[in-house]
This record gives sequence, C-alpha cells and structure tokens, in this order.
Amino acid sequence: MIRVEDYRRVAPPGVVDIIQTLSERVRGRRMLHLSGGRFGGGAAEILQTLVPMMTDLGIDAAWEITGGDPAFYSTATALHAALRGAERVLTDEALDHLVEMNRVNAKKISLDADLVLVHDVQPATLVQHRAATGRWAWRCHFDCSRPQRRAWSFVRPFVNQYDAAIFSLPGFARRLGVPKYVIYPSIDPLSEKNRELTPREITSTLGTLGVAQDKPLLLQVGAFNADDDPLGVVNAYRMVKKHYDVRLVLAGTLGADPESPGVLAELREAAQRDRDILVRELPPDAHVQINALQRAATIVLQKSVRESFGLGAAEAMWKGKPVIGGFVGGLPHQIVYDVTGYTVHSVEGAAFRLRHLLNNRELIARMGAAGREHVRRSFLITRHLVDYMALLIHLTS
Amino acid sequence: MIRRAKHPFVFTGCVELRQALDHRATDERELLERLEEVPAGSVFYHTHGYFLRHRPITTAYGNDFAAWVAAHVRDQVLAERLAVVNPFEFATLEDLREELASVIHDHLVRLSSVPRVEAGEIFYFQQSHIVEVALGPGAETLAEFRAGLAAVDASAIYMHMVEARTRLGRRAGDFAEWIRFSLEMPELAEKIERLDTYMTNLERVRARVLTLVDSALEGTAA
Repeated sequence: MIRVEDYRRVAPPGVVDIIQTLSERVRGRRMLHLSGGRFGGGAAEILQTLVPMMTDLGIDAAWEITGGDPAFYSTATALHAALRGAERVLTDEALDHLVEMNRVNAKKISLDADLVLVHDVQPATLVQHRAATGRWAWRCHFDCSRPQRRAWSFVRPFVNQYDAAIFSLPGFARRLGVPKYVIYPSIDPLSEKNRELTPREITSTLGTLGVAQDKPLLLQVGAFNADDDPLGVVNAYRMVKKHYDVRLVLAGTLGADPESPGVLAELREAAQRDRDILVRELPPDAHVQINALQRAATIVLQKSVRESFGLGAAEAMWKGKPVIGGFVGGLPHQIVYDVTGYTVHSVEGAAFRLRHLLNNRELIARMGAAGREHVRRSFLITRHLVDYMALLIHLTS
Repeated sequence: MIRRAKHPFVFTGCVELRQALDHRATDERELLERLEEVPAGSVFYHTHGYFLRHRPITTAYGNDFAAWVAAHVRDQVLAERLAVVNPFEFATLEDLREELASVIHDHLVRLSSVPRVEAGEIFYFQQSHIVEVALGPGAETLAEFRAGLAAVDASAIYMHMVEARTRLGRRAGDFAEWIRFSLEMPELAEKIERLDTYMTNLERVRARVLTLVDSALEGTAA
C-alpha cells in the first residue's frame, strides 16, 4: 500500500502539505493514464507508484494499457526508435495496422476522463477516439527532437489533436500546434532501487556480486552499448589507475542494441587483463543490487555520449555520491557543475575529474551531500506528483 | 497589548508549470532577437522565476540569460553585464526587457563576430503558469505571522515577495502591505519592503524577514 504520508520523511519540508492542499482541488476528478505496458522503462516504473499515490489522495486515477498482435508491437517499437532518430523501415501497411489496432483498443478501454495522459508512442493514435469532453495530453518520455522524417510526419497530426504535449526537456520537443509543457522525470526514494539499505545489506549484496570493498570504488550503471560509453569509462579509469589504487565496476544490462554483445565482449576482455575492472551483467529487476553498488561507490560515473533523460545520476546523488556525467540529454540538468559533480565532454575530462575528486576527498562528501539535497528538491516523485496535479488543475479548470 | 489584524494573513505557496516556447537561441544575436519577441511572461520566467527554481543553490548569475551566456557561450563580459541587471528595479516587464535587450545590443556592436554556443546547450525560451496553493490557517498577530513564516514552504516567500510585487502589481510585497495596513506597524513594513531580494535565495529572504519580525516582537515585549 503506497501512502503519500510516508513520503513526508524524505520529501522537502512542506511539500506533502502542498500535495494535500492541491489534492483538495482535484479530489474525485478522473485521470486516466494510457501506456504500452506495465513493466520495463522509466514511464511504467514511475506510474507503478504515481497512480497509487493519486488514488491515496482521492483522485480517480486509472492506468490502462494498449495491446495487439505481434505486428502491432513490432511497428510501435520501430516507430519509437525512428522518433528517437534511428533508421527504420515504416510501411504504410504497418502504420495503418497500428492505427487500426488502436481503434480496437479504443473500444475495449473506457476513455472517459477529465484528463487522459497518453504515454509515449504505442497508444498515441488513440486520441482520434477521444470523447467530446475531457482533456488529452501526450506525455513523451524520450528525446524526439531529431526524428526520422517519415516517423514524425506520421505522428505529428495525431499529436496536434491533443490539448497539450509534455516533454522532459524543452530541447526534446519539436514545433507543434499545441502547448508544450516541461516536466522532469523522477525517482521514487522508497522503491527497492532507492530505499535506505543497512551496512549489512550492502556488504551482503556486494558479496553476492563478488565486489570487494577494500579500495575506492568507481561505478557506472548503464546499458553495455555505445550510447552509455562503458569503454570510454574503462579508458578514463586506466588514466586514473596510474595514480590511485581504485576499482571500477561496470554494471548493467545487455539491452536490445545489436552492438551490445560486441561492447560487452570488449569489456570482458579488459576485465580479464585487469582484476580491478569488474563487469556485472544484471537482469532488469536487479534493483537492490544497483542500490547497494551505488551506496558502496566512492564516485559514480554516467559518461553517456547519447541519452534521453535517464535518472542514473539522480539515483546516485540521492545516495550522497558525486557524479561525473557526459554533457548530453538530461545529465546537465541533474548534475550541478562543481556543486554536485561534473559534466564532461571527453574521456580525458572524466579522468581529470576523477583524479580531482580522489585528490580532494573532502569534496566527495560535500558534493554528495549537495547532490542529495538537489535531488530532494528537484527529482523526487513527490515533485512529479505536484507537477501532474498542477497540470490537471491547469488543463481542466 | 497584542495587535490583532482585522484580516488574517493567509500564506500562499505556489507550483510552477513550465511551458516550452518555439523560440530558441544558438548565439547572442539570436538571444537578442528572440528576447525582443517572446511573451512578457517568458521575460518574467527567465528573470524573476529564476529565484523560484534556484532554491537550494545560489548560483553566480541572477537570471537565466546571464547564466546561459556564461556557462554555454562562455562570454564572461556579457554574462557580467546581464547579471548586474536587477529585475526588481523595473516598474514593468517591458522596461526590463528593454534594458536586457539594450545590454546585449550594446555588447554586440563592439564585437566583430557573434559569440555562439559550441559545446554547450541551446537556450530554450520558456514561460510558466503558476498554480497558487493556500497554506495553513491565517495569521492574525505578528507572533502568529512569525510562526507561519518560519514553517511555510519556500514557494510562499516567492509568491509574497516576488510574484506579488512584479506580476500581481502589489509593489510593496504582501508581507509589508499586511503589516502596514492590517497590523498598523509602518516602520517594520518599511524595513521589509526595503529588503534586497536580488542575488540571494528564498531561504535567506525568509531569514531576513524573520530577523526583522523578531526585533519588532522584542521591541513590543519591552
């Protein structure tokens, strides 16, 4: 049972009171979330908590998912990738089928609500079946600023049928005929991935992962692909290793990227030559393991070279760690330069900042504490809930 | 004797819903051109709204334009000239817009090339919609006002000291206004009205108001 009151001990002072006061203005209103699935991905992860929180506040919140045949899922996946800029083949037949499947979905789902929030691509065309009353908003969780042209030409007329679109950053949006709001994603501080762990839990989990705690730990959590640049992290670590006896842990998932097996093979080769490089392939639900690694780390890296708005940096900062991240996507908005960590543009930059922190240990604690407070104010789910209630009030009043 | 106000002071916090506009700048000339055409609400968002969004960390620049020029264009001279523009000194947002545009224009005419973003981020113009939230029971005495002010969410400081003065036309700010007219304490009101809310953060503004109120309460007790 998720209760908003439980967040009072972790949210900034006064925020839960603001949530409860706001909720009095939206109590009883129906807010329907539509997404492509209940598991996997940041959108589903956050809805698993946000929807029960809304219900706890008296909002008539519901979450429905769209479904279809294999061709429907395959086209939705290709369209999503093409909107993110990847080259994909999208035939008229496949796109027509997606629209048709959502026509069938529209008959199965009650779309009657004061505010319908449609998440990402798969359910996006449902808007053409909207009722005469109620407001609709499209919540885009990824960077669609440089889409494949055909994909955008298909999606844009549907998005323009909404009352508003919501993006994680202004730079992730494209020109539209409807208002575009900006809402950052968030982390749930009470989830398995972010809750407090006892020292015993941390030691035991790290023991299971085969990670010793006898020297400073550098950590990157992320997919083993070129976007997250784990090979760049290894190169930065090698520059640092000449001066400091540290250990590098690269933990993540293989993902669907065709380049990933090659990247993972190279990382394993590097790990074979250096016993202080540890590569740990984890399942997508390894939340406690990631939590323990982040809490045990001395410095956390998120040296991505391409990224939407992943929250790895915010998760690490919530655990009081300074973060060195690439200057891409949402990372410059999570990391306050020289206050909670550093954004860097190169392998050399990452190595330089690692050495800088290792050589000025007092900065590690100071930046870690500043990072936790920054996340408390800007990236907790309580702030996300406030934003959605403000949106509900703004669009439906 | 404890003065009791006829009309209680109700603290009002706020939530900011941010809206992205279709205006952006990749160099200082575009910054000037877009600044001249965006809605006044966007000028407000990037100047006064700065204080609402920079609550925990006081940065070296007092508005988003100066911060962007410094961090992303790396033109320290223009950043300094924009940073020194105090948005609270202007009677209207159009006056403020004119001053900022004039600073950028004067800077550009002295340059042979236009500084632009190389490795940094593009500037995206935004505006915001404020949703007001009434917080707690009203204060009827200065002591109750003090207790409320100490506990209230920082967004209430922004609403009563920044938003009220600039966008809602209550130039003295709500705290000073209530203390002057409802509690009839013009000296304390004058001191609060004169507080410099520029280049600081909301918590420091709260602390300064509390200090002034505490002095007044001690004076009353004595």
